[in-house]
Amino acid sequence: MTLPAILPARGGIAARAIDWMMRHPAMFTFLMVLPIVLWLGIVYIGSLIALLMQSFFSIDEFSGVVKQEFTLSTYAELLRPANFDIILRTILMAASVTLASAAIAFPIAYFAARYAKGKWKALFYIGVMLPLWSSYLVKVYAWKLVLAKEGILTWVFEKLHLTWLLDGLLALPVVGGNSLSVSYLGTFIVFVYIWLPYMIIPVQAALERVPGAMMEAASDLGANPGQSFRMVLFPLALPGVIAGSIFTFSLTLGDYIIPQIIGSGRLFIGQAVYVQQGTAGNIPLAAAFTVVPIVIMGVYLWGARKMGAFDAL
Amino acid sequence: MTEAVSFRGVSRYFGHVRAVDGVDLDIRDGEFFAMLGPSGSGKTTCLRLIAGFEQPTGGEIRIYGEQAAGVPPYRRNVNTVFQSYALFPHMNVRDNVAFGLRVKGTGKAERHKAAEEALAMVELAGFGDRRAGELSGGQRQRVALARALVNKPKVLLLDEPLGALDLKLREQMQEELRSLQRALGLTFVFVTHDQDEALSMADRVAVFADGKMQQVGTAEDIYRRPNTRFVADFVGSSNVLPADFVGAGPNGRWASLRPEDIRLDPLGHEAVVTSRAYHGRVVKLGLKLGAQHLNALMPATEDLPQPGEKVRVGWDRARVHMMESGA
Repeated sequence: MTLPAILPARGGIAARAIDWMMRHPAMFTFLMVLPIVLWLGIVYIGSLIALLMQSFFSIDEFSGVVKQEFTLSTYAELLRPANFDIILRTILMAASVTLASAAIAFPIAYFAARYAKGKWKALFYIGVMLPLWSSYLVKVYAWKLVLAKEGILTWVFEKLHLTWLLDGLLALPVVGGNSLSVSYLGTFIVFVYIWLPYMIIPVQAALERVPGAMMEAASDLGANPGQSFRMVLFPLALPGVIAGSIFTFSLTLGDYIIPQIIGSGRLFIGQAVYVQQGTAGNIPLAAAFTVVPIVIMGVYLWGARKMGAFDAL
Repeated sequence: MTEAVSFRGVSRYFGHVRAVDGVDLDIRDGEFFAMLGPSGSGKTTCLRLIAGFEQPTGGEIRIYGEQAAGVPPYRRNVNTVFQSYALFPHMNVRDNVAFGLRVKGTGKAERHKAAEEALAMVELAGFGDRRAGELSGGQRQRVALARALVNKPKVLLLDEPLGALDLKLREQMQEELRSLQRALGLTFVFVTHDQDEALSMADRVAVFADGKMQQVGTAEDIYRRPNTRFVADFVGSSNVLPADFVGAGPNGRWASLRPEDIRLDPLGHEAVVTSRAYHGRVVKLGLKLGAQHLNALMPATEDLPQPGEKVRVGWDRARVHMMESGA
């Protein structure tokens, strides 16, 4: 018996639908993309626009009712010293957390990308991801204990006869405080700890894509290790660092739990949003505060692009 | 006179794998030297040992008389053209070429001028502002060459630089590399697995197998007088035959007979044609003489037999080369 050159079409609606899609790839793509577009367009972008519109309303100071008229007075309120301090404080914290995360993450990611193989690589992934599998609140409260005046860190400094160093750090103006758990330093440490994996993973992925021959070429052409890093490795890994910094920066901008549990008690943007839309009932001001990180991230990404951070992609 | 590169008993082991195993080698100043061998033969590792990407497990490497052990690549006045070209994707062509000068602290104007000159040398003048990603394979190859040559290296290492190019471009680049090397008088060390490339380009060829250097000599030495069965077979697919079969010596030794040296001869040995493949200029015939298989290349103009037919073939005794080593 000879086999036919063309197999007969299979019956059933599903098989016919598949045949039809094979002949109309554009329709197939359209059907695949449709739910995502609907979700992003209506649920996500839609609610964002609704929020944005709220920020152009204002609240009636006497009745506490939202006046649905276009005004920029809510944004003007953001510039009041008390509110502007919140914004400035949050941006500074987000920037320092991002810089510190990048500095700590880079060597870890470099080691994982260039040297770790097989089970060491598995160990690296587990080590980096493990903290993400446990509750965020548990970790933050654990850090509160670690950083407390009676905590283990104080004890370690004492045993190492470095109490003077800790006291010196806490005596610093602004960032210091009574103990690490009630200072900006403490907030900073916990932010860095919590967001570090979000920096390590993209940096590691970017470094993984830099061919070994690229580093050999730099060395071959006479670049010492420092020059190779500055002129070749870092620029090629920059998209990964930027991707990581988008996480660490925006997550710090929006977080309202860490500074509430660990820190000096002064508000960050996230807390301000929480307070304004909860206790104060000032939805327009909460919305205006929410717009701030969006604008900052927009400016940040635009600047990164201008500086050629994505050129190597 | 000092050798450009000399290896004395050089080995490089990776765990239990002997990538390079006791190689003695001298590369002369100003010569075009090819290292030929199949993949995994150790030729690329030898190149990497000269560049400094690898350090020898044992033995001694000297570059122009100077001890190279422990010297990192960035302190060796040796440059490499990588198989993958390894052009920096975040720089334009000019900055790629000027990289070596930049890290040495050469001023911007001076290094840009030198880069333009190097680009002109490889016929890419005016390409400085392009990105590496916008270039064709052949152009990238030239940029990689310019980037290495701009540093005026003592030795230029080329790691299968033509492997990724199509045939026509490859032949053109072979010629250009050769004339560039002559014009500059530089020592070129060229790694390839393509025997035609090695034979046609190099002043001398070293053949590698299993981490050992099998033979070193001029192209004609290697082709006409192979030392080992491996060289005979790898370079030009010679027929490796027991010496008594070709009537050239006592049993136990091996002889090499080139396929093109076998001809139709009415007074010769009787053979059966087992296969026939037309290659344009030549026809490749598979022959069976008794129990012995032979490959023969014959000019396509002749009226050649079909598979299954019987023919009589012969060869000039002087064309049979006795190999020194039994291996």
